[in-house]
Amino acid sequence: MDVTVKVKRYDPDAARPQVEWQEYPISIDENATVLDALIMIREEVDGTLSLRCSCRSAICGSCAMRINGHAGLACKTKASDSMDANGTIVVEPAGVMPTVKDLVVNFDLFWKKIEEVEPYLKPEVPEPEAEYIASNESMLHLSGVTACIMCGACVSDCTVLEVDPTFLGPAALAKAYRFTADPRDGDANGVSRDRLAKLGMPSGMWDCTRCNECVQACPKGVAPMDRIMALREQAMEVGFGNTNGARHAEAFTESVGHSGRLDELRLPVQSVGITNIPALLGFMPVGWRALTHGKLPPLVHKNVEDVDTIRRLFRKLNNS
Amino acid sequence: MKYAFYPGCVSQGGAPELYPAAKLICQRLGIELEEIRAWTCCGAGVMQEKNQLFGDTLNARTMAKAEQLGMTIMTICSTCQGVMGQANQRMQNPEYLAEINSHLAEEGLEYKGTAEIKHLLWILIEDYGLENLTPHITRSLGNLRIAPFYGCYIVRPTEALGIEEHPERQTSLETLIETLGAILIDFAGKTRCCGFPILTINEKNSMAMVGKHTSEVKDLGADAMVTPCPLCHLNLDGFQPKAAKQAQRAIDMPILHLPQLIGLAMGISPAELGLKKHIVSTAPLELKLGAGSR
Ligand code: SF4
Ligand code: SF4
Ligand code: FES
Repeated sequence: MDVTVKVKRYDPDAARPQVEWQEYPISIDENATVLDALIMIREEVDGTLSLRCSCRSAICGSCAMRINGHAGLACKTKASDSMDANGTIVVEPAGVMPTVKDLVVNFDLFWKKIEEVEPYLKPEVPEPEAEYIASNESMLHLSGVTACIMCGACVSDCTVLEVDPTFLGPAALAKAYRFTADPRDGDANGVSRDRLAKLGMPSGMWDCTRCNECVQACPKGVAPMDRIMALREQAMEVGFGNTNGARHAEAFTESVGHSGRLDELRLPVQSVGITNIPALLGFMPVGWRALTHGKLPPLVHKNVEDVDTIRRLFRKLNNS
Repeated sequence: MKYAFYPGCVSQGGAPELYPAAKLICQRLGIELEEIRAWTCCGAGVMQEKNQLFGDTLNARTMAKAEQLGMTIMTICSTCQGVMGQANQRMQNPEYLAEINSHLAEEGLEYKGTAEIKHLLWILIEDYGLENLTPHITRSLGNLRIAPFYGCYIVRPTEALGIEEHPERQTSLETLIETLGAILIDFAGKTRCCGFPILTINEKNSMAMVGKHTSEVKDLGADAMVTPCPLCHLNLDGFQPKAAKQAQRAIDMPILHLPQLIGLAMGISPAELGLKKHIVSTAPLELKLGAGSR
């Protein structure tokens, strides 16, 4: 099978370091992975090409990179599935983290975030004399998150990290959930209040845009975004509702539960908090421009027909 | 050709120009729409954070009504499409579906799990057919450079969007832009997040995203960006002035709703399509289109 691997290259030691695209036309086996192709290039065509890999079987987490614009493991991606109509595969280093050379990136940021969430059990009650007994159910539930191989694919493609390096990011937040959802962490009921309080600060769980990039990128089904949503649920459950994000989710649900549809005018007021005058004023210029363009949502919010049914459903399900 | 129409809140709220534009082009194309009676908000993923069961029950209610009509649901919002698709996927679990139906029973409704949900974008390509669209194109967009912007929920996660059976959906917006005769400005940001969901939570980051995408296509020489998602439109258009201020540069990138671009190609006037309601002026675009005088 003939393929052209187009690689984004960068050599910091070059006389004038710059990003360059290089094309490698090669012939590989039908069943070859993208990693097989890259190794072949390095061994037979161009020994200066740098990349990281070890296990070649989606276990070690070394070979995450962008293939055709999206992060994934090169060893888990078949070359034949990745070629465009002209037989080209585009390979770049992972995003967000700085490139060291060619396809190798610096993981400092990744590890710093993991460290920040204190990835170890922190019980707030005296430890039992013998072992901790945790239910099979709770451990099975955690097996989804513990499947993380720290490859950084999610971090590479995170839309928020791309614009704000202070965000905790998908891998670390998923790791945090691994502990908040562990019955051995936190108080006697397994509630990790301190963690949830910290994770609810700016740059934490509420900063995620729910873009699903990390879910799509993760090769291990960790679904980091779903864990972030679960963290938010936990936070709201233990009463950390006093953040813009929590207020937003509550106000949204209440609006729909009340009228069947979204009342867009009330939303910003409720989510930044009615007492937060500076933030509300911040929305004004846009509101004013919207008004003069006849674009503002209707001032009188109408209810859908059958609104009584919706309200009844809301009352019933809001407590479940 | 008739669909159970699900307009979504934003097409009648924050982006009120979308609803009439979508109805207008469907009418001209001969796509009949029957609006689902008393439809409710899809939850936009926000409600699902707070209470997934409530959100899914409301969506099941909408889908049950479409089932009764015996029609495919047509959405005009990437977010509605994704959120309803994901809810529908969860409801393929019989136990979960039974639980939801127990709540719908009061209203005498039952969802059987068979609804099909399709964005107008997909309907045009898969059901209507581009070959049937072409005869309706009466105005040349030949000198317009248009960049696509999908909106997260219509591209991810792929399992909830039938991408495996319909890989062409991943390039549907580019296909449509080219079919309409415009010049496609492809860019890497087309499938990224517009930042709308965190607008009231971290405005700075939200504005950074708007600024990044709009200035990227500006620098590529685009005349406008087109999106099938009214939430993206709200952020990319409505908040672009603020984003430009934060980015400390001029951007002025007109953002079009998908039906507006289609309408322009069909010879419908910019005013009728609601272009005047946008925050970023579409005047330069209209001038280039030669439509300014119409
Ligand atoms: S869903 Fe959230 S954490 Fe995941 S990539 Fe998007 S912004 Fe980042
Ligand atoms: S969550 Fe998934 S993508 Fe992110 S580091 Fe872990 S295995 Fe990799
Ligand atoms: S080489 Fe180990 S995960 Fe790819």
